[in-house]
Amino acid sequence: MTAKANEKANEPETTAVVHASRAAASGPREGTPVSLRNLTRAFGATKALDGMSLDIAPGELVALLGPSGCGKTTALRIVAGFEFADSGEVLVGGSDVSGVPASRRDMGMVFQSYSLFPNMNALDNVAFGLRMRKTAATRRRQRAAELLDMVGLAPQAKQFPHQLSGGQQQRVALARALAIEPRVLLLDEPLSALDAKVRLQLREQIRSLQQRLGTTTIFVTHDQEEALSMADRVGVMRSGKLEQVAEPSELYHRPATAFVAEFVGTMNRLPGDLAAGGGTVTVLGSTVPVHDGGPTSGPVDVLVRPEAMTVAPAEGGNGIVTGRTFLGGTTRVAVLLSGDTEVRVDVPSGTAPPMLPGTAVQVGLPAAPVLAAPREP
Amino acid sequence: MATLTPAAAGHTTSEADNSKKRRPAAARRQGSGAWRWVVLLIAGLYFLLPLYAALRFAGLSGFGDVFTTPGFGSSLWLSIRLAAVTWVITLALMIPTTVYVHLRMPRMRRLLEGVTILPIVIPPVVLIIGVLQVAPLALRASMWLLGLEYVILALPFAYRAIDAGLRAIDVKTLTDAAGSLGAGWFVTIWRVILPNMRTAVLSATILIVALVLGEFTMASLDLQQTFPVWIVLFDQENAQISVAASIFALFVTWIFLMLITVIATRQSRRSGGGEVTLFTVAPRETIGN
Repeated sequence: MTAKANEKANEPETTAVVHASRAAASGPREGTPVSLRNLTRAFGATKALDGMSLDIAPGELVALLGPSGCGKTTALRIVAGFEFADSGEVLVGGSDVSGVPASRRDMGMVFQSYSLFPNMNALDNVAFGLRMRKTAATRRRQRAAELLDMVGLAPQAKQFPHQLSGGQQQRVALARALAIEPRVLLLDEPLSALDAKVRLQLREQIRSLQQRLGTTTIFVTHDQEEALSMADRVGVMRSGKLEQVAEPSELYHRPATAFVAEFVGTMNRLPGDLAAGGGTVTVLGSTVPVHDGGPTSGPVDVLVRPEAMTVAPAEGGNGIVTGRTFLGGTTRVAVLLSGDTEVRVDVPSGTAPPMLPGTAVQVGLPAAPVLAAPREP
Repeated sequence: MATLTPAAAGHTTSEADNSKKRRPAAARRQGSGAWRWVVLLIAGLYFLLPLYAALRFAGLSGFGDVFTTPGFGSSLWLSIRLAAVTWVITLALMIPTTVYVHLRMPRMRRLLEGVTILPIVIPPVVLIIGVLQVAPLALRASMWLLGLEYVILALPFAYRAIDAGLRAIDVKTLTDAAGSLGAGWFVTIWRVILPNMRTAVLSATILIVALVLGEFTMASLDLQQTFPVWIVLFDQENAQISVAASIFALFVTWIFLMLITVIATRQSRRSGGGEVTLFTVAPRETIGN
């Protein structure tokens, strides 16, 4: 299908959705489902996206998490219409938008860098999208004022971007993106330029607004804490592919691959001996069951979270404490095991017996199933 | 009223910040005060002595007669029209081109920079002789040919000013943001890009106007009696009036440039930009959290 034909085919659909959303503007409304189907995009020899597929439910917030260069931003920009996929399609509300230009997609976007128009004050920035939609001047000013109020910036309406702090600018940008009542909200690392405290506040504000409005949202970030705390589901990406898409708690407790396990949270790697057939593994002297999906033969590493291990002072134990980090409720103890493997073990701060560096300790593993991965050299 | 107060408050704090920043700089400057005056004096003498000599030579009568001298009005009018034509064509050509190169072909920026410097490297005499060889007769007889040649001469200045203006803003993000909000290409350039490089456009304007009002070689070889050409021709008839006309031209250009600079700086300050000077666009204040 040519781009033009596609655009035309989509037009009635788009306007219908806009009208519908306007009618329901006052209360929470049904979000729009979004599907990415087998997206591929190559820049020269590097594949930014390699057959990526993802279904997002109406009103859901999905975070795309991954190291830089994993393709998460490319995916977002393809959904926005700033980039084009070599193959595959993007379905919004059931219809393919691949040929629709960014300006007709009805998607609100908040960028990583400050993107407010410097020549317009906060109110005019928020009203810009409505102006493009030929909304009457009084109506759009009223609506822009409402949105500024919603992000808590009503008093700053007349200020220019250079008079606002970074956090305020991103809140105006959020109001601007929401003013057009977008079908999909796209957030491209909107918090990474802000300092820690502002980031935390804004994280909560974005999440509560998104839930209140019920807007389907894609959130790109490299910060796992941000992804886990904000998203309904998190998609972990690696070299253009989704490794796992799951709810935050499942992602943390049941990572599908070693990459996901080590990218999300802290993970220990311990050499283990796989039993014939691969059902159990012997590590630190105890034999524990292995999760399905790992290797069934050859040398393996066992992946265990710091809080899933135990440590206690023991003369002639299997390790020596090399350091301690106080983390509030828990204390993270670093232990050097015989065989030159270093592990980190979390113990409750209050009850933990003092384990100073140099103390001989016994590190243990409960009998819960563990994840095994091919051993890394 | 309530909405106005924060804006006003924001203004006063930024002024207070400025005065704080200024103080140590002023203290530093006092130490080198003597040197500053020496440098100023030498530079001042270099520029003002010839002017003073010209004023003495022209005398008051020269200034009285200059406006009624035949050719004065028509040549000045021709120069002003040429400046306007050059300005329109150059900006219409260079703004979309430079924006496009910034957005879509950032690697071409080097090449464009190289190409636009050619008119400075190649002497105007060579350029005009080449152009006159190939230009159709109808074009050669009109002022339009000279206007088009001036566009070539203005390219390096216009490109540099516009390029500096685009570097000062995040064109890609602003364009994407405008696009996602429903703006097409033209609206994005007109409402988002241009207003944020007003300073750069005014710098380009200053340079183009100064260039066209002072250019002699091309105009003379193209047989167009622009203001500079008229001054040189008339010099043989009445040197006093000719010198008076030069000083007048200098004065008019100067007033014009000052006016643009002041207006541009005021507008640039309003949206958080810096002072406007001929060659540089001061970067925007960096935004903290």
